[in-house]
Amino acid sequence: MKIHFSLGKWVIFIATIILTAGISSASDLDAFKGEKGILRISGGTAHIPVMKEAAKRIMAFNSDIQITIAGGGSGAGIKQVGEGLVNIGNSGRKATETEIAKYGLSIYKWAIDGVAAVVNPQNTVKKLSVKELQDIYAGNITNWKALGGDDRSVNIYTRDKSSGTREVFWKKALGKGDISGKANFVASNGAMKSAVTNDPYALGYVSVGYIDNTVAPVTLDNVTPSLATVKTGDYKVARGLFSNTKGEACGLAKKFIEYLLSPEGQKIVGEKGFIPVK
Amino acid sequence: MGQLMRHKENIARIIFSSAAISSAVLTLSVLGFMILLSLPIMKTGMLWKILTDPWAPDHGKFGIPAMIVGTFYIASFSLLISFPISLGCSFFIQIIRPDSPGRFLKKLVQLMTAIPTVIYGFIGIFLLVPIVREMFSYGSGMSILSASLMLGILISPTMVLFFCQSFARVPKRFLNAVDALGGTSFQKLFYVILPHAWPGVLTGLVLAFGRAMGDTMIALMISGNSVILPSSILDSARTLTAHIAMIIAADFDSIEFKTIFICGGVLYMMTSCGILLARVSDRKQH
Repeated sequence: MKIHFSLGKWVIFIATIILTAGISSASDLDAFKGEKGILRISGGTAHIPVMKEAAKRIMAFNSDIQITIAGGGSGAGIKQVGEGLVNIGNSGRKATETEIAKYGLSIYKWAIDGVAAVVNPQNTVKKLSVKELQDIYAGNITNWKALGGDDRSVNIYTRDKSSGTREVFWKKALGKGDISGKANFVASNGAMKSAVTNDPYALGYVSVGYIDNTVAPVTLDNVTPSLATVKTGDYKVARGLFSNTKGEACGLAKKFIEYLLSPEGQKIVGEKGFIPVK
Repeated sequence: MGQLMRHKENIARIIFSSAAISSAVLTLSVLGFMILLSLPIMKTGMLWKILTDPWAPDHGKFGIPAMIVGTFYIASFSLLISFPISLGCSFFIQIIRPDSPGRFLKKLVQLMTAIPTVIYGFIGIFLLVPIVREMFSYGSGMSILSASLMLGILISPTMVLFFCQSFARVPKRFLNAVDALGGTSFQKLFYVILPHAWPGVLTGLVLAFGRAMGDTMIALMISGNSVILPSSILDSARTLTAHIAMIIAADFDSIEFKTIFICGGVLYMMTSCGILLARVSDRKQH
């Protein structure tokens, strides 16, 4: 059979292409059209604000898709995705070689994030040297008075070892130094923030994306951790935010990660206080 | 007809006994499972080290004594706080005002058993912890004291309901005799009820202790979870349950992950001993 294209048909044909192209560039959500199913996400707690916003938009666009988001920390994210319990496991550190080999992980980096030491906004000490920070965490400096603050003990907060936030803070801010056994342990970035918000004598650390007026970032060696200083590289305590899948990402997980890397997804990343990778 | 009845009886017996057997097997297999999973650690001869070393994963030390002590402290203090309150409460419900105020209080206590522990945890973080911190001007307020106070509230319904039950078994004529002799309520409690109902009271105590020891959420949220041996009740401490909850996210192959089975085993032993004690004391009253 032979197809004849008259001029009029050509015009319609081209117009259709332009129109559909126009629509698809209007929203990066179109990929989710006609999709159905459940997408399970867990792991890194720094990722959660971005995950929630992305999930909210996707589920509002297509109500046949259900996305569940759990925390647990980077270690849990890698483990759960490797064991097939979730579709996407988030981590605030790059999975180790053994983890990648063991589970056959694919790694997708979609944001850069700083980790900042934080104090309660009421605290007058908002500047520390790296040396002072390390001394406090090691338990050598135990009173705010020694740093020019109130005569109260420094309440150190830290995360457990499976936390990606702890990993980068310990490596890049504490120089792999000791963390005092007296430190209080909290289980997520959110828990860290509420602990520091509630304790005027707290010193903790959170992902820069979590900083708002309820916690004050500590200027470290004269560099204040913020989106701008992490971006320029002046603030050194930074890491990538990753989403991991077992094998190549496929189905909804693939579309979700593509959405995170799309212009709209990257805009969410920026809005939530992280640095887009694109 | 009689044949059919007997058949029905047999079927019911089979169903119920299989339910009983499977739950017993399940409980025992948990223990077996825990032992099996802690075998790799035991084989390396690290068991003694785990039971004596400090917890410092960065230095290759994975000891859990601080958590065992923390568990014991927090559970004991919560019992200490909760016991007198529960005793008074059940005395009020069962003896002083068994009419409507007592009934109302009992309903309230029953309601308390339904509150999820995470709610207590939240109240602890936002209300209790700041109060404890400011009252003693010491530390972060996340401490053994805060966790024990909150746990005390958590376990009191268990105790109150158990105490009420055993108070109810004290023969009415004994109580009437005290009244007839002109005895005070205090005398009634200490000279008649407690000597008669103490096995039930002990059972309640032991079960509440087990509950306090087994709870994870409250300890995880408000005890601070630090890993050194606490030296005062205002220090932060970590319980075995909270420890397991924190370490479970670690890599499967890491030593710290493997040690949590030892923690589980220790916890299992501690609660089983408690339950065994409760059984023995409960039998005394019957």
